Amino acid sequence: MNTLVPLLVALPLLGAGIALVFGRQRRVQVGVSVVTLTLVLAISAVLLYAVDSSGQAIAVSVGGWPVPFGIVLYVDRLAALLVVISSIVLLAVLLFSVGQGAADGDDDTPVTIFHPSYLILSAGIFNAFIAGDLFNLYVGFEILLVASYVLITLGSTESRIRAGVVYIVVSLVSSILFLAAIAAIYGALGTVNIAQLAERMSQLPDSTQLVLHLMLLLAFSIKAAVFPLSFWLPDSYPTAPAPVTAVFAGLLTKVGVYAMIRTETQIFRDNDVNTLLLIVALATMIVGVLGALAQAELKRILSFTLVSHVGYLVFGLAIATPLALGATIYYMVHHIIVQTTLFLAVGLIERRAGSTSILKVKGLMRAAPVIAVLFFIPAINLGGLPPFSGFIGKLALFDAAAEVGTPLMYILIIGGIVTSLLTLYTLMRAWNLAFWREDDDATEETGVVDRISYLGDAPAAADEGARRVIPRIMTATTAGMVAVTVALTVFAGPLYSLCASIGDALLTPVTLVQLDEGGGS
Amino acid sequence: MTVSAVLIVIMAALFACGVYAMLERSLTRVLIGFLLLGNATNLFLLVVMGRPGVAAFFGAGDVEGMSDPLPQALTLTAIVITFAVSAFLLALIYRSWQLGQADTVVDDAEDIALRDRGTVEEDEMDDETSIEDEDDDVTSDFIGTATAPITVLHHRDLDGIRDDAPTDRPRTSGPGADGGDAR
Repeated sequence: MNTLVPLLVALPLLGAGIALVFGRQRRVQVGVSVVTLTLVLAISAVLLYAVDSSGQAIAVSVGGWPVPFGIVLYVDRLAALLVVISSIVLLAVLLFSVGQGAADGDDDTPVTIFHPSYLILSAGIFNAFIAGDLFNLYVGFEILLVASYVLITLGSTESRIRAGVVYIVVSLVSSILFLAAIAAIYGALGTVNIAQLAERMSQLPDSTQLVLHLMLLLAFSIKAAVFPLSFWLPDSYPTAPAPVTAVFAGLLTKVGVYAMIRTETQIFRDNDVNTLLLIVALATMIVGVLGALAQAELKRILSFTLVSHVGYLVFGLAIATPLALGATIYYMVHHIIVQTTLFLAVGLIERRAGSTSILKVKGLMRAAPVIAVLFFIPAINLGGLPPFSGFIGKLALFDAAAEVGTPLMYILIIGGIVTSLLTLYTLMRAWNLAFWREDDDATEETGVVDRISYLGDAPAAADEGARRVIPRIMTATTAGMVAVTVALTVFAGPLYSLCASIGDALLTPVTLVQLDEGGGS
Repeated sequence: MTVSAVLIVIMAALFACGVYAMLERSLTRVLIGFLLLGNATNLFLLVVMGRPGVAAFFGAGDVEGMSDPLPQALTLTAIVITFAVSAFLLALIYRSWQLGQADTVVDDAEDIALRDRGTVEEDEMDDETSIEDEDDDVTSDFIGTATAPITVLHHRDLDGIRDDAPTDRPRTSGPGADGGDAR
């Protein structure tokens, strides 16, 4: 079982190399990418089953260096679950982009570099999830960031270069902060191994702990797009190609949240900044969704709701009870899948209607009923309507907060409910305009559009492009992802109990002895 | 832990200069700022190594007298990462210059339109207003002086632009769609 763990990172890197060699043969590249990600999905599913059924985490010392000197890869239930979910998302988006590339003849994206960059991005994401020490986490972040720099500037058109510059410079600053934090932590404690840090952290005075803690949180908050460090996200994501935006939105911010979960629950158990995190979470939720309200372009609306829903994750993390952590993990899984699905559905709308502005698109309900369904289901899921997984996740979060019962918790619960309703309002307004509005536009006389005419000034509200055919594989992939979102609801019982057991285990620190023996509870 | 004060002073100076340079609008200066910051962080890693000693080879000497090898390993990794990112940034700057004949961080025209909403009439809210503002903000030595070797012509003034780079075009307009490779 232990030999499987390094393959999670090694296979995508190897695949990237092979895909680069076969840069001229598109079919070979596609085959290599699909096979690689399918293998990773299979491996991670096996790992999740093994870790869950034995109750023992798997720890692998790479290169045979004894713990804690070498690099430790650490797969517990949380890491295994997230690797499974992210490989599902990566595979689905890959198939979607294959469909899109085939239909467009790959004219607007360079063939050679998309697949290698995509696989390297996957390797970085998996590496970050299974990192057992802070420096390896940093390396994982760097791998995925450098790949994302390439993907966000694909084709290097002017708008993508402009958005890419913002994204890249912000990411660079957060990386430097992270590295400086690692150096400071090493200077203070003489290790970067997370388990050893957990053991030694209590030796430090509180003020030193706080400084180190805030440095790490700051670096991760930039990556997770937590308000007020979220401004870069709605600016840079919408300009990237649809599949790239989908995978970024689903996974990259969640890697930042994952790193926050690890540092909060493992390293800084005694150092409490939860009140700060709660306030930041409230601001993230409210400001994010208010941003979404002022947008007329679907990708921008979704980018703002993405920021807003990161607030729920920080909220759950800041409650810091096992119940709340379990709910956070469930919400994270739900949000990865639903957000990606929504972006894929918007990719379909963009091709079908030639625009993603809700002021331009109309009559899609009649013209494209399949897309209507594929957009509607994840949209009400994200908005938190029962019985979908968004409702279950939010209910579990609010339940955990009410159990703590301080006044601040109730303020957060109210904020969460308001955010949820506003999300629903935003998405339903988009739905009404883009899908239910008749093509001959009778509603304009009744003033529906006039009443929201202020949206006409919103960015990209007037953009229109060409309508293009939608290959069947793109619709099929999106439908598959919608099926997965529904499955999150249907199998909510087993999934939630898995998340709850993760939440229980998170607050007990991993010890070095457990790492040395190759596992731990 | 004993550390060299010189290293700390240099590190602090590099951090300060790096942050200053990174706040500039010119992308080349951002790159320089990033390099300074990266080197400052690498020095930081060396500082936390503690007192330097014998190279940490097996059998090279007394274990007590050896330097701590781990920060050195971390520094090497960080240097490689910084190197790769700077290469990418250089390519980005070149492309940005090729597109707009300027290497500055460009304002989002839509953001400016949003900011001016309400104070400016709708028909004035086109790109021209924002371009004029933009040139005022440019902080590069090459712009606005009589001897400027680079004339800033925004891509919208298409007449003045010579984009004679042979590649980087989509496949429809020529070979080399894969980012510059020759066929």
